[in-house]
Amino acid sequence: MISGKFFVAGADRRIAITILILVAVAILVPVLNIAFPPDSALHVPSYMVALIGKYLCYALLALSLDLVWGYCGILSLGHGAFFALGGYAMGMYLMRQIGDRGVYGNPILPDFMVFLNWKELPWFWYGFDQFWFAALMVMLVPGLLAFCFGWLAFRSRVTGVYLSIITQAMTYALLLAFFRNDMGFGGNNGLTDFKDILGFNVQANTTRSALFAASALALALGVFVTWRIIGSKYGKLLMAVRDAESRTRFLGWRAENVKLFAFTVSAVMAGIAGALYVPQVGIINPGEFDPANSIEVVVWTAVGGRATIVGPIIGALLVNAGKSWFTGVLPEFWLFALGGLFVFVTLFLPKGVVGMYDQWKAGRGHRLKAAATGDAPPLAPVSPAVESARAEKGWQVPSGGPEPAAAE
Amino acid sequence: MSKSGTILYLDGVSRSFDGFKAINNLSLVLDKGEMRAIIGPNGAGKTTMMDIITGKTKPDTGEVFYDGQIDLTRHDEAEIAMMGIGRKFQKPTVFESHTVEDNIVLSLKGPRSIFPALFHKRSAGEQRRIEEIFSTIRLGDKRHDLAANLSHGQKQWLEIGMLLAQDPKLLLVDEPVAGMTDAETEETARLLKEISKTHSVIVVEHDMHFVRELGVKVTCLHEGSVLSEGTLDFVSADERVVEVYLGR
Repeated sequence: MISGKFFVAGADRRIAITILILVAVAILVPVLNIAFPPDSALHVPSYMVALIGKYLCYALLALSLDLVWGYCGILSLGHGAFFALGGYAMGMYLMRQIGDRGVYGNPILPDFMVFLNWKELPWFWYGFDQFWFAALMVMLVPGLLAFCFGWLAFRSRVTGVYLSIITQAMTYALLLAFFRNDMGFGGNNGLTDFKDILGFNVQANTTRSALFAASALALALGVFVTWRIIGSKYGKLLMAVRDAESRTRFLGWRAENVKLFAFTVSAVMAGIAGALYVPQVGIINPGEFDPANSIEVVVWTAVGGRATIVGPIIGALLVNAGKSWFTGVLPEFWLFALGGLFVFVTLFLPKGVVGMYDQWKAGRGHRLKAAATGDAPPLAPVSPAVESARAEKGWQVPSGGPEPAAAE
Repeated sequence: MSKSGTILYLDGVSRSFDGFKAINNLSLVLDKGEMRAIIGPNGAGKTTMMDIITGKTKPDTGEVFYDGQIDLTRHDEAEIAMMGIGRKFQKPTVFESHTVEDNIVLSLKGPRSIFPALFHKRSAGEQRRIEEIFSTIRLGDKRHDLAANLSHGQKQWLEIGMLLAQDPKLLLVDEPVAGMTDAETEETARLLKEISKTHSVIVVEHDMHFVRELGVKVTCLHEGSVLSEGTLDFVSADERVVEVYLGR
């Protein structure tokens, strides 16, 4: 449902470009992988497809965090939990697709249950042999957890660092729970050894390409949905709650509901990201609930730039590409590098890479304008405070000039 | 005293924090359409009184009635705001990362649930209302500026405009001219007098010059209860008021 207006609106050009790039990537990369022989210069190797597909899932996760952190100031240190729950829901479907091809050859029970001497399938595994059911659970389980968690937390007006701590406690509690064998999710080993998805071999090149395309399209959809939410009156309200929560309350808004909606939508997005991630990496285990993972998501988002939509995507891609390279060259120093990066970004790039670019561009636009008018005024027509505040709004800078024309 | 015909009726209200009586047996009645100035030294309980009226704080004892029959102690901030009580904070609180116009849009009277806000389209009626508010608060030429870039005085006016957008029956205005220049103070007095033609207003203020300019009945609070009430001349002639303000 992309309206024609969407592409002509110059102010939102960046979003349009991002979506177009993602759609193009979703088509091109699989084509370059499948249609060109491995010795061709245009061939994209399969390992690249899998790697970038994984990054795209991370990018969607970072975008989901941006919706709550960037736009509503809710610093969730447990977003990895929603990602992992979506991943587990998909993993359960993939486990049931194995059927009698497992090591023990049991047509109903996954291997780990046979190993644990379980006689029948636990009730919560029912339905996961159906893709539609699993797909529904991918969204429903993280969404419901976020709804219940958020309902309690936001109603009790838990904010700031306290909220961050309890989100972290939530993901840690899930980590411990999923480690237990009798939880029925494969314990320490998690779910792995997948064979088919929708009848296609998960290892096949074509399936991998399709999953890659699905990830890119899901991210494009995520960008579109986030952009629409932020552009609506509700989106303005979301930022208003971030900046002056009590003001919104005294205007009659229920700040807790405003936060709850964003938190739930964000968890659903994270769940979808997890579900696309699992078939591409071939495993889901409790390690995904590790609080350190959730904190890494915060770093990606901060590096790219909070409250910019495009920023977290760039951040997730950059940091993960850096991680892949770094862990190949100096594996033991990666965590130091990541920590250093976070400190650096917090101190010197509070608005991230995208925010810095906007600021630079806004400043340059000024100098150009001043030069063009000939008599460059000694002082910029707009104060630096205006400039930085505008830059914060990113692409919403009116293109007409430094001072938008008054309507009166 | 009868509650009917009053917009606000406080009777025997007390509230203490850790043994300190912020509000002590306070009784105050505001008639419909009345504007009242409330003065009092620091710690007199002015802000706590506002907190009680707007639902932020619950009183320990006493009655708080709005519009004759609504018991405000049973409602929370958002409900009370929806019933028509608008509050301006002491420190101007506006949405700084939004434009001046968006600040008004978010305050406009209307449904306050999430889904209508997601699919909201501005109606002609709302547009008209926005123009009305801009003509009252005189910030029309700043409408596309970020609220963060307004001066202190302009932020105060914007916040008053946001209250008006809510279309309240009663406005609580906490220290509107603190930190304003003389010209801004005069402009604010004009603005409040205009608003009081159609609304009930309570103004808490320290600035006596400003209170005189408003020319309304004055209530002086001290240690959580009413010390004196009447015209400004009457109140400022009251020996107890002089004592409280000037010290013994």
